Amino acid sequence: MTALDFSTTIGNAWFPAPTFTASGCASSGRELAQFFPLREMGGVVTKSVMSKMRPGRPTPRMAETPSGMLNSIGLQGPGIDAFLAKDVPYLVEQKARVIVSIAGETVEEYSTLARKLRSVSGISAIEVNISCPNVENRGLVFACDPEASRRVIDGVRRTIGGELPIIAKLSPDVTDLVSIAKGVVDAGADGLALINTVLGMVINVDTMRPHLGGKTGGLSGPAIRPIAVRAVYQVHAALPQIPILGMGGVASGKDALEMILAGASGVSIGTASFGNPTAIMSIQDELKQLLIDRGFTSLKQAVGFAHRPIEAE
Amino acid sequence: MTQINKHAKQLLAPIVSNTRVGQYHQIIINIGDIATNCKPGNFVAISVGGGSSSMVLRRAFAISRVSTSTTVGGTMELIVAPHGQGSKWLCAQGEGVVLDLVAPLGTAFGIPTEPVPVLLVGGGYGSAPLFGLAELLNSRGCRVDMLLGASTGSKIYAPMEGKRAVNSMRIYTEDGSMGVAGRVTDPIAEIIKDLNVAVIYSCGPMPMLAAITKITNQFDVIHQCAVEESMACGVGICMTCVLPVENEDGTISNLRSCIDGPVMDGAKVQWSKVGQQI
Repeated sequence: MTALDFSTTIGNAWFPAPTFTASGCASSGRELAQFFPLREMGGVVTKSVMSKMRPGRPTPRMAETPSGMLNSIGLQGPGIDAFLAKDVPYLVEQKARVIVSIAGETVEEYSTLARKLRSVSGISAIEVNISCPNVENRGLVFACDPEASRRVIDGVRRTIGGELPIIAKLSPDVTDLVSIAKGVVDAGADGLALINTVLGMVINVDTMRPHLGGKTGGLSGPAIRPIAVRAVYQVHAALPQIPILGMGGVASGKDALEMILAGASGVSIGTASFGNPTAIMSIQDELKQLLIDRGFTSLKQAVGFAHRPIEAE
Repeated sequence: MTQINKHAKQLLAPIVSNTRVGQYHQIIINIGDIATNCKPGNFVAISVGGGSSSMVLRRAFAISRVSTSTTVGGTMELIVAPHGQGSKWLCAQGEGVVLDLVAPLGTAFGIPTEPVPVLLVGGGYGSAPLFGLAELLNSRGCRVDMLLGASTGSKIYAPMEGKRAVNSMRIYTEDGSMGVAGRVTDPIAEIIKDLNVAVIYSCGPMPMLAAITKITNQFDVIHQCAVEESMACGVGICMTCVLPVENEDGTISNLRSCIDGPVMDGAKVQWSKVGQQI
């Protein structure tokens, strides 16, 4: 029996396994709990919540694409107050570890959300989803603007103080991901979530118009995995001490291992759960076995292993 | 917000038979004990394409009927039209192929507590789940009448044995190639009056469900419809299959048709706001 330390840490948050849901791909966990106990995975990253209830975008909200899908949900959600009243207590009761993902339209909204989370017990970390349009700057997505990204994280850090780890979720739709990553880390992020969906579009050739109600959508699934692996690799090379949650098309233990080797301390599973509600459980089991097969005695030994020169072995 | 069907389970289930019926395939799957928990209106989400497929999303199919006592145990029947890549793959799978499925999912048709006259309306292959429903309603003493419609005769799904549980079955095709030329909604108002219909059950395309609601709003009749909205997951986590539905307090919310549906109260669905920003 080979012992493997499968645990991981992000800031001061400890997780018994490196497997998480991806925000927006598990709602608030209740539905997946029908298929496996939520406490058996590393943690639940909840769907990004905003200050107010949001109806989201009109349908169609989805288009399947080769090895992936486009989605345009528009952050439909109950708003932070209802979320804190119903969803967090449920997850805590399930003994799940909880990472709350927040999203805002202004720098101030992110800080307001962080203020509401400050005193909530049972939360392991905050994910700050900055892939939202900034209404104060012509709708430019925060994550595509280094200065706006930095200001959002700085505001959240100042509001919540030094305790709760902050994970900044970044968009791959930028020219220089590393500089944005450095900016948010300087502003107080303890970890990074890489990558959000890649902006895409499908045109319906019968109506000859964009298929999605929101016209553009986020591409996810195995189609974007090489982009995600590259992003994790580049950012880990530049910021080797910063824990990364790697995501983007992880559908098997092998995919998860790729992320870990590239430099991720944990993996989030999103679209794979749509195709298979127990995907996270099988990915977790497969990853564990792959690490053991390669002689690792801890997950941490494998993080960023792909960066080691060949001759070092 | 309602919860995922509490009986939902993921299982590997072998195909018992796959028979072509006109433009459709009748696929029988051995699902064992979970057949007991499948009710008319529920659906199943099936993984398609095999392990290395580029199709990453499950496909949702209405469960047309279940049997709890076949020689192989509990089974479910699906009526599948090979339209898209996923349904074509499923229709090409033969006896013995093991499917990865999740069932039962979604809401079920509500059954009246008293034996009342009911009307079942089906569009295209959407009519499939109505036959299992008709048997159940018939066994509860309801008078069951059925209307089936499609653009053309080859798209009508009406198995011979399906007629046993219904008092009458009328067929409407837009091109007149089968039954009466016209739309399935044409005779509804008259039937409601003549038979004193208490509940209309419907499944089929969205414009048909919307048209039925327009009629039922003029009468004291309940309209339970099974909606079809494209889904990525079928289990309530992707938020893609939403429909605008009126809440108790008069506000409108985008509800998931996989969790709060597929069977919904037609009078509450805001048909004119489907595909609009609410």
